[in-house]
Amino acid sequence: MKSIDGNYVPKEVLLVEDSPGDVRLTMEAFRDANAPIHLHVVSDGVEAMEFLKKGGDRASAPRPDLILLDLNLPRMDGREVLAQIKADPILRMIPTIILTTSEAEADIAKSYQLQASCYLSKPGQLGAFESLMKSISEFWLQSATLPPQRSIT
Amino acid sequence: MIDKNGTPVEVLLVEDSPGDVRLTQEAFRDANSSLRLHVASDGVEAMRFLKQEGDRADAPRPDLVLLDLNLPKMDGREVLAQIKNSAKLKSIPTVILTTSDAEADVAKSYQLQANCYLTKPVELDTFETLVKNINDFWLTRVQLPKQKQDD
Repeated sequence: MKSIDGNYVPKEVLLVEDSPGDVRLTMEAFRDANAPIHLHVVSDGVEAMEFLKKGGDRASAPRPDLILLDLNLPRMDGREVLAQIKADPILRMIPTIILTTSEAEADIAKSYQLQASCYLSKPGQLGAFESLMKSISEFWLQSATLPPQRSIT
Repeated sequence: MIDKNGTPVEVLLVEDSPGDVRLTQEAFRDANSSLRLHVASDGVEAMRFLKQEGDRADAPRPDLVLLDLNLPKMDGREVLAQIKNSAKLKSIPTVILTTSDAEADVAKSYQLQANCYLTKPVELDTFETLVKNINDFWLTRVQLPKQKQDD
């Protein structure tokens, strides 16, 4: 997808996911996508915030165009990560998609209240999971217009 | 699309161009026969619908709002701000659907916490495909918040 200035710039996607199997499936699904994607993976909530705030050894991390966030994570769970993202005036602009096994109404309601862009329940079967990742990639990285990187100082 | 409780999905389209309303209605009708599409043609009417006031007192709470930015009476940027500043309304997924591809509009919409920003394509068949993609993603894939009336 062309960025606003007309160049084909790869999208930076941050995946916050502690299951190596799900990470692998996501990487494969995005590899097959039409748009060029740089997928960054962190496996707990503390690492996610370091990546986003460019702390420690993540000082040169790019700002993601899109965040895929699991809720159940070690060290700091995804609910807390979402709250921290949304409390930050710059980070809160990044579309943050909840991608989790939880189907609890309380988690769904809370995520939307906290201004997650959308909430997706991870399917158990491989084929359905792949199909979901493909639809995320098609909708968010091709149909949607993502926030411009340049205007954020 | 009927949700798990057997209730049809309610979508509010806030759009002042009758042509675009017609195209959207037809594209949704083709994609999803169980969807109820409500239309408000300016920002004031949109807020009346969402707050269930006046002649819109019986309006259902939408499962999804599709919001144009350039509207008469109150523009979409103001509608978005009001939705997202309301404890009751802010959890309704609100997707900007507009002709504007101006960076300032995109940035501002995401700053105001629009759930997503979509630029309307000019060609008819691409527009129909976009509506189908909106239906596929938001109305079949996504878990939408349950519409409790007494939040």
